[in-house]
Amino acid sequence: MQLNIILAGVGGQGILTIASVINHAAIRKGLHIRQAEVHGMSQRGGAVQSHLRISARKIYSDLISRGTSHLILSVEPLEALRYLPYLSPKGKVVTATDPVINMQGYPDLETIFAELHRTDKPLLVSAAEHARLAGNVRTSNMVMLGAAAPYTGITTDDLESGIEQLFLKKGPDVVEMNIRAFRRGLELSQQQASDT
Amino acid sequence: MNKRLLLGAEAIALGALDAGISGVYAYPGTPSTEITEYIQNNADDRHSPVRSAWSANEKTAFEAALGMSYSGKRSLVCMKHVGLNVAADAFINSAITGVNGGLVLAVADDPSMHSSQNEQDSRVYGKFAMVPVIEPASQQELYDAVRDAFDMSEALMLPVILRLTTRLSHSRAIVESAPERPQNSLKAIPAPERFVLMPHNARRQYEHLVEMQPRLEELSEHSWINTLIPGAGRTGVIAFGIAYNYVMEAKEIFELDCPVLKIGSYPLPRRKIEALFSMCESVIIAEEGYPVYEELLRGFRGTETVRGRLDGTLPRTGELDTDIIARAFGRHLEHGLPIPGIVSNRPPELCRGCGHRDLYEALNIVMGSYDQRHVFSDIGCYTLGALPPFNAIHTCVDMGASVTMAKGAADAGLRPAVAVIGDSTFTHSGMTGLLDAVNDSAPITVIILDNDTVAMTGGQSSAATGTKLVEICLGIGVEKEHIRTIVPLKSHLDENITVLGEEIAFEGVSVVIAQRECIENAARKKRNPQVNP
Repeated sequence: MQLNIILAGVGGQGILTIASVINHAAIRKGLHIRQAEVHGMSQRGGAVQSHLRISARKIYSDLISRGTSHLILSVEPLEALRYLPYLSPKGKVVTATDPVINMQGYPDLETIFAELHRTDKPLLVSAAEHARLAGNVRTSNMVMLGAAAPYTGITTDDLESGIEQLFLKKGPDVVEMNIRAFRRGLELSQQQASDT
Repeated sequence: MNKRLLLGAEAIALGALDAGISGVYAYPGTPSTEITEYIQNNADDRHSPVRSAWSANEKTAFEAALGMSYSGKRSLVCMKHVGLNVAADAFINSAITGVNGGLVLAVADDPSMHSSQNEQDSRVYGKFAMVPVIEPASQQELYDAVRDAFDMSEALMLPVILRLTTRLSHSRAIVESAPERPQNSLKAIPAPERFVLMPHNARRQYEHLVEMQPRLEELSEHSWINTLIPGAGRTGVIAFGIAYNYVMEAKEIFELDCPVLKIGSYPLPRRKIEALFSMCESVIIAEEGYPVYEELLRGFRGTETVRGRLDGTLPRTGELDTDIIARAFGRHLEHGLPIPGIVSNRPPELCRGCGHRDLYEALNIVMGSYDQRHVFSDIGCYTLGALPPFNAIHTCVDMGASVTMAKGAADAGLRPAVAVIGDSTFTHSGMTGLLDAVNDSAPITVIILDNDTVAMTGGQSSAATGTKLVEICLGIGVEKEHIRTIVPLKSHLDENITVLGEEIAFEGVSVVIAQRECIENAARKKRNPQVNP
């Protein structure tokens, strides 16, 4: 298998936490990983992205080529659009619908959603709301990971043990809460799949 | 064998620890910071202690690394590309003196300027100093190359550059490590004929450096990092550093049957290059950075057979990627949908609650009462004050330039002449400029934004903050009554406007220190009280 994932968001939203969980799971499976991150100035509230590549074979490039990403997983709706050129024709967009408005000319949400719907069956998730229901708004990244899980090529069991590994130090309650958030996201995804 | 998922920067750090360094010297700078941070956080379990605190700037870092090497021990020195400009004097001359213990300079370039003022290519510095440069293509190669670089440095008694670029530094991959080897023992033998660079010694040492060049070339000829990947096509590629990754990916996707010469060690291995040219009608030169070696291979007159950044086969500036390489072969991937027109840029911004915001609010009000509203600024988070809604600063050139540019402008007659500089940038290169201003009684106001940390690069410890900054300014000769301290908070706005107004109006050197801890740093400490950068 070879999988290209673009993780997108705004500096400070913590997209690298999502990457860490997937990495933990991929390492357990003995897969090759390349994950390019953005450090430095953009981390201060700018647009950030991470190219995550997982493969059974050797991976050469740290960057994903345009038109070859299987998944855009965005924690902010406008940011999902920024990387559309990377999406492969059959690629999937999974994005949170909670906007981060810290810029001039932020378009209205309906326009953003209309653009998102030009891709093949995008999954739009009210991540913050589901995270709150899971116990803490800060788990919205795990809601998003759950929603994207079926498109990561990694089993939910492996992803859940990735979550466990990552949050272990913060105690079993935090692990529990994040897994709850993950499962809420996963459910939304399964619902969408069965609806269509 | 031990496997870890590491950033390229971290792979260098682990490689250096395992290669037996006794110290790392560095000033933070994207994309090089994580090398030193990793050593700071992971050196506890080593056989012997490894010193790793931050230096005041890249020049002091390099000189200290040279001193450690002089004493027989291995030292790593790390910086971003523009930091090497600051350290250049020490670096270039260290090639003339040579080294004792292995000395490796890890320098991280930033093509496409993700977090930098330019995209200068440190390989040019390698040529300039006539020392070996190693430019790995992957995280594993970085790890392996560090130990080689130390061995090479000790065998040749020369500093060795390890060059990397943003993408490799800030990308993770699994790295397999080798057993740790012991550090060198202290062994300082006087060698004034090498280390006292008076002209008679320098001439001889320089001759020696020139004479060594064929040996350096021979090492490149046999380096494991320079390899030929065969192919039957008549168009070949010389792929330098991580350009190799993009070439190989394009080769795989489009099943290109082209020979590829992978180069990761300089000076150029002439025989390998000639072998490739003899197989091909034309050769694409793929370099991540300046067309340094393309220029060299084309020669002065240019040639039809060498293609690359100079003839438009590849873009002249910016990073490479697989798409760009594919296009050079006339191939292209079908891109996804274009970016919709509604998507505008989302530039970085000062954090909500950051003290710089309050300082700029007060400063803008004070400057509003003047016809001339120039504010000279510097490199750090506060550079973001150039963007809306503040639009508060008018320059950002190099570390420390705010102070000296304000001074020059004041000399020219500009009133007021205001400089804005962070605590760490001030101790990096601002202090000396302040001394110039004091000696000249230049009417400038230097606002030191003291947030108690090197914030932009992620909260490293700063060389001087708080009362130490006040004492430095006093020691430099700024009058006591014109060193004022304020707290940039909304509730202090009126008071801050008054203080700034008085000092900016003062016809002499004044310093206003705006002291408030970086909110990110405060949050970081709260999350993890043990962390003490």
